[in-house]
Amino acid sequence: MKISDLFSGASEWTKNDGPHHQIVISSRVRLARNLRGHPFPGWGKKSDRLQILELIKPQVEEMPELHDACSEYLQDLSQIEKQVLVERHLISREHAAKGVGSAVIINKRQTLSIMINEEDHLRMQVIRSGLQLKNAFRQINKVDSGLEERVDYAFHPELGYLTACPTNVGTGMRASAMIHLPALVLSDQINQVIQAVNKIGFAVRGLYGEGTEAMGNLFQISNQTTLGEKEEEIIARLNKVIEQIIGHEKNARLMLLQKKQETVLDHIGRGYGILSHAYSMSSKEALNLLSFLKLGVDLHLFPEECQRAIDELFILTQPAHLQRSSRKKLAPEERDALRAAIIRDKLKEFPKPDISKVAPPQPPNEEHNDE
Amino acid sequence: MICDVCKNNPATVFLTQIVEGKMQKVNLCEGCAKEKGVSDPTGFALADLLLGIGAAEEIEKGPVGQRCPACGFSQNDFKKTGRLGCSVCYDTFADGLGSLIKAMHKGPRHVGKVPARLIRTLERDARIRQLRGELEAAVSAENYEDAAQLRDQLRELEHQP
Repeated sequence: MKISDLFSGASEWTKNDGPHHQIVISSRVRLARNLRGHPFPGWGKKSDRLQILELIKPQVEEMPELHDACSEYLQDLSQIEKQVLVERHLISREHAAKGVGSAVIINKRQTLSIMINEEDHLRMQVIRSGLQLKNAFRQINKVDSGLEERVDYAFHPELGYLTACPTNVGTGMRASAMIHLPALVLSDQINQVIQAVNKIGFAVRGLYGEGTEAMGNLFQISNQTTLGEKEEEIIARLNKVIEQIIGHEKNARLMLLQKKQETVLDHIGRGYGILSHAYSMSSKEALNLLSFLKLGVDLHLFPEECQRAIDELFILTQPAHLQRSSRKKLAPEERDALRAAIIRDKLKEFPKPDISKVAPPQPPNEEHNDE
Repeated sequence: MICDVCKNNPATVFLTQIVEGKMQKVNLCEGCAKEKGVSDPTGFALADLLLGIGAAEEIEKGPVGQRCPACGFSQNDFKKTGRLGCSVCYDTFADGLGSLIKAMHKGPRHVGKVPARLIRTLERDARIRQLRGELEAAVSAENYEDAAQLRDQLRELEHQP
């Protein structure tokens, strides 16, 4: 399968139909693995990396989960193609900077991606829509178990799976969920939530992971530690924290509607107004305004069908997706103009926010749908 | 200007460091600079940035100038990159890494998944040890019928991939 075929389909996680999809955009679990007897990619020579690549790539391609996959050497991908993969969360920003000696293999549904010679020999992840951490772990664990029959992993009886960075040693697992928290941001409670989450050993980051700022009221929550706790325990703990945050966000929405209804309607109305009439829009502004439109759908100011259009815009207005659709590299101001045009066009079918429909959101429920 | 360390070659690397508020200047020749791990002027302790202040210091708890026998990685390389060279480095630098890993994780030991193939190998090794013991006992008891059977079992196990 060619990369262009992959791009013509949407990633499964962007369809946003998983459990708790109003608040949880996606769930992701990645495992870091290395082969015994070879230097880690960052320390090895180019010849070492090439040797690893030729050893691992055919094994990965033969996995039943990857029969319909797209397999590419990093040097064969253009800058824009790499960036599109980053925007779809299928490769890391670090991996996008790689060239000869690295590869990526992605299944057709774009739920499973395997990076070869990132920071570790193998970085494999499953990304699913909504809150599906347990599902995502089950799937990536199966791939890992299949692969470990084919290659010799570096495993230490005390320290577990050995990784280039000691922060990943042990399970080599990083589980994360991307969550949309506009009400906690609007009600100034987000910093309290972040601090509370940090205290129990989880990290909160922006949209594209480490060192990125939180745009569009989107946050990534992930485990910090990888040693001394079972994979299932880490997943269960993270799942519980996310469910609690969902509860807080729902409460905050309820409170805002009761006490500051005008502020909420103002943000949604302005978002709608600017998005449907602007002629130049940065990706940051677009994300921040689309976030309020999404909130508008959640609060029933827009019909539910509008959700799809918003979800599409979230991804289509990212810089590399824009440039890919226009088939050329664009200067930043050209990008901003094109972005505004795409959004205006999409919002033509969008009805005006219907204030009479404002219904308080359902009170938070404790049951969880993540099977 | 000659090198402060070997006092022999001309100095080409001029290192300025601020240690506890005092400025220190050291002039080194290329050879000594490389040996001291200051060949890269931007090679500050990235380990501190990535793994938290003190990480670079921790790693030096091991013997001075130690290198990984498998990949040639040194303590200085860790200070610069915050990453290790290969899987053997975990044993090579165990003295320094131990407390570092303990501080950054929930517990000091892995309690999660173990590769199934490794479990099978460990089980097979245990079984082989057991059969060898039984074989020895059978031989010393001159129980040759059992010994022959045990020997066949052992052969089969040892020839499995």
